[in-house]
Parts: sequence; C-alpha cells; structure tokens
Amino acid sequence: MVGSALPRVSATVILAKPALQRIFDHLCESGFQLIGPTVRDGSIVLDSIRNLSELPVGWALEQKAGSSHLLRTHATDYFAFTVGPHSWKRYLFPPQVEMLTARRNGNGWVFEPTIDDTPPFAFIGVRSCDLHAIAIQDDVFVNGSVRDPHYAHRRERAFILAVNCSTVASTCFCTSMNTGPRARSGFDLVLTELPDSFAIEIGSEAGSNVFAGIDWQPASAFDVGRVSQITQRTERQITRQVTTSDLPQLLYNRIDHPYWDKLAARCLSCANCTLVCPTCFCSTVEDSSNLSGTHTKRTRLWDSCFILDFSHVHGGNIRPTTKSRFRQWMTHKLAAWIEQFGRSGCVGCGRCIAWCPVGIDITEELSALRSLGAR
Amino acid sequence: MSQTVLLEPLLRTDPMLPRQAVVRAIKPEAYGITTFSLEYSEPDAPVGFSPGQFNMIHLPGIGEVAISIASDPVVPHVMEHTIRYAGSVTRAFSRVKVGDTVGMRGPYGNPWPMELAKGKDLMIVSGGIGLAPLRPVILDVLHRRGEFGRVILLYGGRTPQDLLYTDEFERWQEGGMELFVSVDRADETWKGQVGVIPMAFYRIRLDYRNTIVFSCGPEIMMRFVIYEAMARRVPKDSIYVSMERNMKCAIGFCGHCQVGPSFICKQGPIFRFSAIESFFGKEEF
Repeated sequence: MVGSALPRVSATVILAKPALQRIFDHLCESGFQLIGPTVRDGSIVLDSIRNLSELPVGWALEQKAGSSHLLRTHATDYFAFTVGPHSWKRYLFPPQVEMLTARRNGNGWVFEPTIDDTPPFAFIGVRSCDLHAIAIQDDVFVNGSVRDPHYAHRRERAFILAVNCSTVASTCFCTSMNTGPRARSGFDLVLTELPDSFAIEIGSEAGSNVFAGIDWQPASAFDVGRVSQITQRTERQITRQVTTSDLPQLLYNRIDHPYWDKLAARCLSCANCTLVCPTCFCSTVEDSSNLSGTHTKRTRLWDSCFILDFSHVHGGNIRPTTKSRFRQWMTHKLAAWIEQFGRSGCVGCGRCIAWCPVGIDITEELSALRSLGAR
Repeated sequence: MSQTVLLEPLLRTDPMLPRQAVVRAIKPEAYGITTFSLEYSEPDAPVGFSPGQFNMIHLPGIGEVAISIASDPVVPHVMEHTIRYAGSVTRAFSRVKVGDTVGMRGPYGNPWPMELAKGKDLMIVSGGIGLAPLRPVILDVLHRRGEFGRVILLYGGRTPQDLLYTDEFERWQEGGMELFVSVDRADETWKGQVGVIPMAFYRIRLDYRNTIVFSCGPEIMMRFVIYEAMARRVPKDSIYVSMERNMKCAIGFCGHCQVGPSFICKQGPIFRFSAIESFFGKEEF
C-alpha cells in the first residue's frame, strides 16, 4: 500500500526498518524536534536526533545497584537497550525554565510572562514505564485544579513514538508497578522491534498521519503473535519483584522506625535519585537581576527533597537530617503519592537504583522495612 | 515560529504570574514586625478573601514569600500583611515604602471554618506572629458577634515587646471578646500573666460540648494547645490548626509544603486536627 491509504487507529502495521527514517523525516518536516536516545558522555542519553544512525545501535547499558555501564554489543537492533539517566521530563518539565520577567517602571514593576518558543517535540523510543511517568506528571501539572501552562504547552504538542521493551536491566521492576513492559496507552505509535522489521501499532490520528507516502503492510496474525511473544519474553525476564499491596500504610506505620537511621548512614543526600526519577516534580524558583536592578528574570529549577534548604522556614529546616530527607522521598514516592494522585509515584524504571552512587535500592529497602515490622 | 502566536493566550493565564500591588500603608507593630497594606492595581485582579488565606508577595530580584492576610475580610480590596523580618525576602521589606509597587498573587489556601464556629464558643489560641492569620477571624466575629457563643482569645508572646495589635485589644474586649494575654518573659512594665500560653487553659472553664478551637503559632505551642484542649474533652474534630512550611508556588506544583499526603498550600494552611493527626508533631517529618 504505497502512499495511498493511512493505517487506521489501533491497527498494527509492518514497516521495513530503514523506512523508520521516512517517519523521522516526516516528523521533522512537520516542525517537530525529534528527541531520542543516543550515545553520549559514556551513556545512553536523550538528545536532539534526526537520523536512525544516531540511535544506539550496538550499544547497551549494563545496570545494577550503583552502576550503569555502556557496553558494546554485536546486536543490530535499534532499541535493544534499557533506560538511561535521562527521562522525558527533561523536555516536558525542563531542569530550568524561564517563567517571567519583571521590569522596573518608576517606583513599580511590570510583570510579563515569558513566551516559550520551543518547537513541538517528537519523542522517539518512550518505554512503557516512562509513558506511565508522563501520565503521572500530567496528574501534577495539568489534571488538577490549576494548570501549569509551561508543562501543558510542551505536553499537548508532543508526539510520542513508544517502544515495547525487548531487553531488560537487572534494575527493572515495571511488572510489580503495573507499568509495563508492554505499552498499552498514551502513545501516538508504539513500535516492537522484530528481527527483520518493525511492528507498529497506531495509537492516534496523528500517529496514523505520519504514514502518508510511506510503504507499510498490514501486520499478519503471525506478526501480531511475534509481538506478543517478544513482550511476554521480556516480562518473564524481569525478575526483580516488589510488593506494593500494603502501601501506603506499610510506610506510614514505620515513620519512627530506627531503620531510617541505618539508611541515612549510607545515603549521601546527593539528590541523584530525584534527578533521574521520571516522576519527581519538585521545583524551586530563582530571581536573577541585571546590575542596575531594573530587570529581573524568574526561573523555575528542579529542586530535590534531599537538599537541606528545601524545607527551610524562618528559624531553621524542618528536615535537617539525611534520615528525615530520605524518609520524605521514599514515603512520598511510594505512599503519600497514592493518596495525593490515586496511584504510586514509582513506575519501576530502576533509574534511582542504578544511579545511586552508593547503590541504595528502593525495592530492597522497602522489603527490609516490611520484614522489620511496624514501629 | 508559528506556535508562539498560539501560545500567548496560554501563558497569559500563568498562575505563577504576579500582579502589581501598591503599598497603601505601613504600620510598625513590634520589634522587627511591620504591617503592609497592599492593594491590587490591576482591574481584573481577584477581590476578597476568607480569614486564614494567604498571598504570595514577590519582590523582584529578591524572591517571593507566602504571607497570611491579617486584615478585615469586610474590606476586601486592601489586604494587610503582618511581616516579621526573618529571611532574605522579608528583610528586604524593610526597604519598601508607601506608594511602591510589589508583585502579588492570591489569595490561596483553605480558610478557617467560620461557618462551623457559628453558635459555638470560639476559642482562639495563638502565639507570637501566629495572631496575624487569626486577626481576620476576630474582626469578622466582632462584626456579627451575636452569631457566636463565647469568644475567647488566648495570646502569648515571648516578651511584652513582641505582642501584636496591642492597640486593638481594648476594642476587641469591648466588642465582647474575653482576652487572656501572657508573655514568656516579663519586664518591669508588664503587669499581666507570665507563662506559656497553653497554661492559660487553666484559667478558663470551657464547655467541651460546644467549643471550637482555632490555633496558630509555633508547632510546639500548637501541640500543647491540642493537648490541653483534648484534656478538657474537646473533640479532635473541633480543633483547627494553621500549618507552616516552605512554599515556592502555592498551587501544588513545587512540592515544598508537603506534610505526608497533604499539600499545605491546597489542603491547608488551615487543617482540622483529626485530618493531620498522624503526621502532626512527627519529628522532622
């Protein structure tokens, strides 16, 4: 079917691997900035890409508690790697975003919003865990009573090409969090990499439209079966398990547990876990002025509950110890989040485990707290 | 790009964008504590507030700070903010003059449950600058005094010099309010009570079946206020406290003000004690 019909929404099509470049080109021509995985800084990170060749073909991340190593493999797959330190929140909720300016006018000020001229993003290779993470940040920034226009502007225009995972890291535990490995919703397209081609499920009109002028074949029952086989195999490979049925009470019952002191003795309070976490949303604001003080920019920056100043009020910090800050992070992520937004703040991506410099493993700590009983 | 044109109306509704507010009056209250009367100068600004709500006040180049509204809700346009020079932003207020413009957004937050207090004995217990968010309650009650039973204010300060609104005490008493003032440390001028404010509970007889308690002050003070109130069989559901945490946005985005599952800016700052009991007073929580 050359260029004639577009695939319908929820259909699965087969695309020759090199033809994915045509989809990339199509998105670029439509004004999207493509963001995808690429090898840089000794890891697989997210960055602006244009070509299939920029994807980390032949590279993988070997991840375990406290380490993530970039390895050469001989695989020719485009998406046979696991999540790196970056998540899509870098683009939807950037580490730094200018919110407004204040200009002196006589003895007063004029406040003006900063216009965001970022082009729309097309995210390439979003994993199921990260799709859930995006939905969780939607809860915070756009689904509540107040909308954040900065997030909404980027989110609403984003095109999402998701990927069903075929490779597993030892840090992955999406099956426990009910967030993967198969992408079920929240994408425009979802791709499963078969040995010889891509099987692509159409998730939206926008996803269907990128097939204009592109050779595609409807997927046969055999192809659909291969997709299921791959995701089922991936699911079986995920061995890390964590019980969540007794949350939030499990953690609330252990707020005064001495085990937090043991954890604090290992934790460096470096905030790495909150920076790599795809759902952590805390931020601060900063004013910066010109030398004459007539012009001020107000910037929103990522913040972290591990930073001492985070809880500062007149007279001191509410959480002056590493113990109290670690407890805040873990009880918010796994317990309080459920009451706030109706679901856990953890998607089981394992980033905080791999990128913790001392290898603190949230799944093991939860099990340890459980085995120690309420206190 | 063409998208920027589409975007403009979106960002005009940025809830973090302050509006201009003019400083109408400045009144020193106590050592290092001053009341600033602010009025929005933009025509489409929100009008009116409920007792217990707060505003975010922005001094460009310095920062933004959450300050509770301390004035009479019957006068909705001019909002008074009693500020203690404590941190970098509040200290910068010492340079603000009448006629200056600052940035302001609000009001925000869950107010004191005035409707629930109707027909009941209202007991207001505050310490230090904690009287500021309760002053709108007092002024509101005095306008419609007949709708409430006894109205009792227990107010404590560290020293006589730290007490706020002392020039209004007489008027409040004349309006039908019982007033118990106490200081932690007296000086030679002080002729009143000495001691921490929860001890004032021992000087009154309250009807626990029909009393509602509103309290604002240091958390340690509120802990003992709750203790004394519950010792007199006031139910947990009838005790309300005002909580304070670091706040950067006031709209539930920044994450700073969380206490357990609550965002102080949205579910608070005023909480029914029974709603936050399991987290209240937890060390470093």
